[in-house]
Amino acid sequence: MARPVQHNTKVKMVEIPKGYSGEGFFATTFDKAIGAARKNSIWPLPFATSCCGIEFMATAASHYDLARFGAERMAFTPRQCDLLMVMGTIAKKMGPVLRQVYLQMAEPRWVIAVGACASSGGVFDTYSVLQGIDQVIPVDVYVPGCPPRPEAILDGFMRIQELVGQESLRRRHSERYKDLMNSYGIQ
Amino acid sequence: MSLTNDYIKQRLVEKFGEELTSFEEPFGILSFTAPAALNLKVMQFLYDDEELQFRFLTDLTAVHYPHQADAELAVVYHLYNFREKVRLRLKIFVPVAAPKVFTATKLFESANWMERETYDFYGVEFVGHPNLKRILNVDEMTYFPMTQGIPAGKTRRVLIRMTRCLDAKY
Repeated sequence: MARPVQHNTKVKMVEIPKGYSGEGFFATTFDKAIGAARKNSIWPLPFATSCCGIEFMATAASHYDLARFGAERMAFTPRQCDLLMVMGTIAKKMGPVLRQVYLQMAEPRWVIAVGACASSGGVFDTYSVLQGIDQVIPVDVYVPGCPPRPEAILDGFMRIQELVGQESLRRRHSERYKDLMNSYGIQ
Repeated sequence: MSLTNDYIKQRLVEKFGEELTSFEEPFGILSFTAPAALNLKVMQFLYDDEELQFRFLTDLTAVHYPHQADAELAVVYHLYNFREKVRLRLKIFVPVAAPKVFTATKLFESANWMERETYDFYGVEFVGHPNLKRILNVDEMTYFPMTQGIPAGKTRRVLIRMTRCLDAKY
């Protein structure tokens, strides 16, 4: 008789970063080791304001299972999070709130704009809607769609993972990054 | 005796004579236009009169008619008589260059919110309003979004261009 508890035997492991290994040692760069650790344990902060948020709920639930990417740990305080996921229409009145949330996140931080509204205002070409969140905060990845399917959100998330894994540890101290922040009025 | 539109009109004409114009009954609701300076007097009369008793302000908004010189903005009041279940529509017209209207907040508390909203979207200045500032839009907004003639957004620009293309083709 089969055992009542079944174990997952198809566990996938993350690839080991490139490096030199021999008997009893493995050497690689900090960039790669830290990048691999970061990209597989991203803590997302869902900022869901409309239908893209519903698609995100499907993405995070069992069928699409965002947890496979090490991102099952949603947090609703910006101070603990690495990735701000903006999903839905952002009204102009919401702009300062979104900016405040971004400012409260600790470096390093990433932003993904999910859906047409967050990326460009979408169909809401009107006086009350922010025409893309990149008017108030810098964005790393844009996901198209209205709303995007969970597969698209996962694709966007994997692109964020790529960025996180390849980011140089010096990037956040570079002049270019400071210029980017200054262009948004962030010190 | 139930309150009929004809009777209301008769009472209004008795009281205000030639001042009130454009009596209509769209969808069975008596509608008429009053001079901007008389809006409070008319509403006070409708409120106080023992038979008319229009003591509820259902709605207050504005309409922009850009082609009506010196009467571009219409301020519309919807009044209601709860006892007789009768509705009434009062319009006043003001120029968009100086859209000054007396506030109805002394008569109806609910006018406070609605007049702020009307100011926010149409720029109508309600003289005597206790707190006339934007209510729904961002404070930094420099225009009144529901007045026509503000620059078209990208969708409307595309639509206009598409319409022109179609016109040229057919």
